Amino acid sequence: MKYILTRLAHMLIVLWAVGTILFFMFRLMPGTPLAAFIDNTTTAEQQQALIRQFGLDKSLGEQYWLFITNALQGDLGQSFFFKRPVTDVVMEVLPNTIILTMVSLVVAYVFGTLAGAYLAWHRGRWIEGIGIPLALTTRAAPEFWLGMVMLAVFAFGLGWFPAGGANTSGANFDSEWARIFSLDYLRHLALPAITLAVYLQGLPLLLMRSNMLEVLQEEFITMGRMKGLSNSTILLNHAARNALLPVATAFALGIGSAVGGNVVVETVFSWPGIGRLLVNAVSASDYPLAQGAFLIITFVLIIMNFIADITYHLLDPRVRFAASS
Amino acid sequence: MPQAPDTALAIGRPRTNVFKSVSRSLGAVFSVARRDPYAAVGLVIYAGFALIAIFADQLIHNDPLEILFTPDYDLARNLPPSQDFWLGTTYSGRDIYSQLIMGTRSALIVGLTAALCVVAIGTVIGLISGYFRGWVDTLLMRIADIALGVPFLPFVIVLAAFLQPSQWNVVIGIALLLWPNSARVIRAQVMSLRERAFVEAARVTGAGPWRILFIHVAPNVLALSFLYASVAVGWAILTEASISFLGFGPSDTVSWGYMLQDAYASQALGRGQYYWFVPPGLCIIAIVVAGFFISRGYEEILFPKLKA
Repeated sequence: MKYILTRLAHMLIVLWAVGTILFFMFRLMPGTPLAAFIDNTTTAEQQQALIRQFGLDKSLGEQYWLFITNALQGDLGQSFFFKRPVTDVVMEVLPNTIILTMVSLVVAYVFGTLAGAYLAWHRGRWIEGIGIPLALTTRAAPEFWLGMVMLAVFAFGLGWFPAGGANTSGANFDSEWARIFSLDYLRHLALPAITLAVYLQGLPLLLMRSNMLEVLQEEFITMGRMKGLSNSTILLNHAARNALLPVATAFALGIGSAVGGNVVVETVFSWPGIGRLLVNAVSASDYPLAQGAFLIITFVLIIMNFIADITYHLLDPRVRFAASS
Repeated sequence: MPQAPDTALAIGRPRTNVFKSVSRSLGAVFSVARRDPYAAVGLVIYAGFALIAIFADQLIHNDPLEILFTPDYDLARNLPPSQDFWLGTTYSGRDIYSQLIMGTRSALIVGLTAALCVVAIGTVIGLISGYFRGWVDTLLMRIADIALGVPFLPFVIVLAAFLQPSQWNVVIGIALLLWPNSARVIRAQVMSLRERAFVEAARVTGAGPWRILFIHVAPNVLALSFLYASVAVGWAILTEASISFLGFGPSDTVSWGYMLQDAYASQALGRGQYYWFVPPGLCIIAIVVAGFFISRGYEEILFPKLKA
């Protein structure tokens, strides 16, 4: 319990530090933050009004205080471009990112874990000579490039899947849930999810394999063999269960880093998620929105690191006892 | 990323010259290559790309950014691969083959600089943190937590908007955010090294802490630094490509990411111009995989426990 509280305190400090760094980075950006707003037709008075409206006439210290207190209440300011609260804009696209991330992570981890266990069991065979370089190659391939090849082959070449977006334009749905569970949405989701899954499966695969190799040398495996248990029983019930823990931790960490790392895949497939929102906001100099999107991504990353830490702590008795003694 | 070793390295030589130690590390790379086929393949790939980068000026056929015209004064737009243009031309009439060759140079420059920066920072912080312990250690490790709590790619994007578009943004971003990985492992290593007899012996002879740290302890962790550097090169090249692809890279430097962004934005996917966007991707894969292969071979020598 004490451990969890310490980690929680750490987490809050990290969150505050990142928010502060971000705040000052955006305030020190070259050019006026209102550049996107001001064109030839804006009069000097209108400019002044805008500056007051966004609170830019206050001192840096005051602005910082406002930023922190508002952020604590979930208010991340107004988007320059959408002219709506940043929180609303971000929350609108967040489900798309979460669905994309979770679908691809689950596919990647189920496949990666099974393939990793299989490769460990067949150590030294020819399949290992192909499997490992292949897994390393998928981890080395830039996600956006993989996405481009997928688009060229399956969307433009064969015409099996749509080329981008999350829904066919003009399609109407009764509710958000109806939209997400529609066939149309799934067809749009397929290519980006597969692309991400191909990229993500390498880590669980290699992790599972090396854990399995380690576990397979333990005495309880030899014991199992001496008891005359079948290969599949040893593999699934004894070895795999023990090798899974680090993979589970990696999964939680994976959610956190994928939400930020999805930026490129979302851009390639024009997937309306938080990563693409961030890229567009930075390009359009929409600083409040960029700052808000960045903070939400950071928030997810830090929360997931925290959860990974805690689960590891709770699930592995060795770590638990080492910490308490 | 390699896992932290749970047993200390077998080596722990007293007082070694840093230069000797560096050359021993490099020598070890070649001996690893002799024993491990993965590492050998990785080194061959690196050597190949290094040669291409060095002789890029001799290898290209045209200036990579020059807009080319056919003999009858038409813009050489979207030409398929031919004798003159080995990989065809882009939508704006530029030679793809020459861009690919020049891209090798910028990829290697970014990759090697970033790796050097991140590993230098990680090594120094790991050494200081592990050796002095106490509040210095606590402070540095809390900063490491913060650096790891920042989403990497989004941060580099914001950085690129903050500074002017340049390839160095990627180097700065990597140096600022990725050092904790190597620092933590080196810190653990130093903590065990500082209890060894040879460090105690140096202390007894009156050597100051900095002298002990950099003359006696540092050479023993260089092998670990090298391991992280070989992975960091690939990371930097991947990041540079992603940033350029998202449109936050410099527009006057040809890199593989720039080529892919150009191809994507000029609808090369819809036209099925595979000869345009496939080669840069394959080059990125080859160079990143080479780093993985080398670190893998090296890891098996450093941490023989993994070798079943």
